[in-house]
Amino acid sequence: MTATISPSATVSRDHGLHLLQQMLRVRRFEEKCAELYGASKIRGFLHLYVGEEAVVTGVMEALRPEDAIVATYREHGHALLRGVPGESIMAEMYGKVEGCSRGRGGSMHLFDAKTRLYGGNAIVAGGLPLAVGVALADRMLGKDTITACFFGDGAAAEGAFHETLNLAALWSAPVLFCCENNRYAMGTALERSHFETDLSKKAAVYGIASRAVDGMDVLAVEAAAREAADAVRATGRPHFLELRTYRFRAHSMFDAELYREKAEVEEWKQQDPVPALIELMRGEGTLQDADVERIETDVAAEIERAVAFAEAGTWEPVEDLTRFVYSEAPG
Amino acid sequence: MTATMAAPATVHTTYREAIRAALRDAMQRDERVLLMGEDVGRYGGCYAVSLGLLKEFGEERVRDTPLSELAFTGIGVGMALGGMRPIVEVMTVNFSLLALDQILNNAATILHMSGGQFNVPLVIRMTTGSGRQLAAQHSHSFDGWYAHIPGLKVLTPATLEDARGMLWPALQDPDPVLIFEHGALYNMEGELAADAGPVDIARAKVMRPGTALSILTYGGTLFKSLQAAEQLAGEGIDAEVVDLRVLRPLDTDSILDSVRRTHRVLVVDEGWRSGSVSAEVSARITEGAFYELDAPVARLCSAEVPLPYAKHLEDAAVPQPATIAAAARQLVGR
Repeated sequence: MTATISPSATVSRDHGLHLLQQMLRVRRFEEKCAELYGASKIRGFLHLYVGEEAVVTGVMEALRPEDAIVATYREHGHALLRGVPGESIMAEMYGKVEGCSRGRGGSMHLFDAKTRLYGGNAIVAGGLPLAVGVALADRMLGKDTITACFFGDGAAAEGAFHETLNLAALWSAPVLFCCENNRYAMGTALERSHFETDLSKKAAVYGIASRAVDGMDVLAVEAAAREAADAVRATGRPHFLELRTYRFRAHSMFDAELYREKAEVEEWKQQDPVPALIELMRGEGTLQDADVERIETDVAAEIERAVAFAEAGTWEPVEDLTRFVYSEAPG
Repeated sequence: MTATMAAPATVHTTYREAIRAALRDAMQRDERVLLMGEDVGRYGGCYAVSLGLLKEFGEERVRDTPLSELAFTGIGVGMALGGMRPIVEVMTVNFSLLALDQILNNAATILHMSGGQFNVPLVIRMTTGSGRQLAAQHSHSFDGWYAHIPGLKVLTPATLEDARGMLWPALQDPDPVLIFEHGALYNMEGELAADAGPVDIARAKVMRPGTALSILTYGGTLFKSLQAAEQLAGEGIDAEVVDLRVLRPLDTDSILDSVRRTHRVLVVDEGWRSGSVSAEVSARITEGAFYELDAPVARLCSAEVPLPYAKHLEDAAVPQPATIAAAARQLVGR
């Protein structure tokens, strides 16, 4: 028994294949990153999203190209599914100048103006006020957009979280707050960080429509995100989703995972969103082994291209070290 | 023989009114400009700077904030990223420490972290400095701390001209600019050119030319230094007084030029001595004009103590005209 997807759920073949592909793009990309970290191609802190793929996959389905996104340091999948080319993400991991942040940001600071990805913020909860500001600016400039703001359960303990939710409600900011609750703030369990562990309640007290969602069920996430995003667009008011999920791998590559039992990890792996979707579609007779093989082949090719691009990338000349501290005059 | 009466060339105003005029002017010129901070709207500004602006520009552009320095400063960063031209007002520099994360980790850093993709055209105004018996959580001078941070520009208007003229160029700057308004100057009165407008935000300015020594200073100690210079002039000591105006990037050329004219330097700084603006200025002089010096660079800073409430103690903690004059006399051997 692996599926966490509701037994009554159903998905069309095309859409199911799409969701499966998106989740596998993130999963395999992260696995490749771990491998490349082991090979010392990627350095610094590296935070992987393995296990949480249903969250970003489902939420991204609800966003439009003109919407804005603010994410955290665990954001490779967000960049990838937002449409930032895997090549430029991987080049960034390598620290190459062809990377989406020219090698200045690395794994934790993927930025992309073209897709309105405002980082990659590695200060926990540091992105929340930013997202409200971007959302309000969009509205004041007459844009019909929303801003999706991703953060973890750890952020809910920060002052910035509470100050920002209050202001988002007070100033009616069109923000979709997406709390990726993976149950651990770095290595400290939710129960050891919060007395009230139902994080969706914390948003509700600020007058923000809020709900908790099974973050291991990509269909549930997508449905909730579409509903919430539609509501933000319709009302201009913020909405909050607590997406309950789990990371299968360590917090970062330096984490020996002394704070959780292997049995707990194994238990959550039984809820892996990828096999859950596969099982559902197989049950509905809409997925064949050949489909999965084709997706895996496509994803592998995409990652291979990304790695080849990063390998072939170049180092920014050291003479350029102090660029981008201040804006450069155009021309 | 009578000429036709010319329009008055100057208006009588205050530092506070000059800033208000700059705010109004900026908001009239550019619809993207908005002001937000604690009590900026209905209250009229903690120091009455923004009095009347809410009525003139409305709630959307003059936003009263809750006491949430971190969030509203960060929202300002986001608004700037989103294409607006926000002015965030922080009541007191001590409170800005609650927003330091957003100022340093986001405003000053995002351009670089994003490889040049996202600039942050944000202006943050805050009140700095002592002189009002506000004790140790409302009186400090952290201007120099902020001047330590690459990615920021730091302005310290001390004159009516700069109070009126620094805001607009700061808003034109593509990157975050911090403006430190000295709290003891808000009531300062004087004459300002009727057509006063934008000023340069790059250069230091010689406020009083002299030959015997250079007094380099900024913000709340500028006029104290000018008073000291008057006193010294009566004693036959001709002091040059330079207003640094911009703490980051420091106008090293103007500093060194002054050293080459006088060969003796006193740096007056309301910040604490250790790791201060005065330390940086002194180091640059050592690096750039060591052989021009006839005496070691002298510094007069605030005592290294959290500022006390009692007036006599507060006065004793920060540079005053008399102590500036005394330090100058010592420097020239008088």
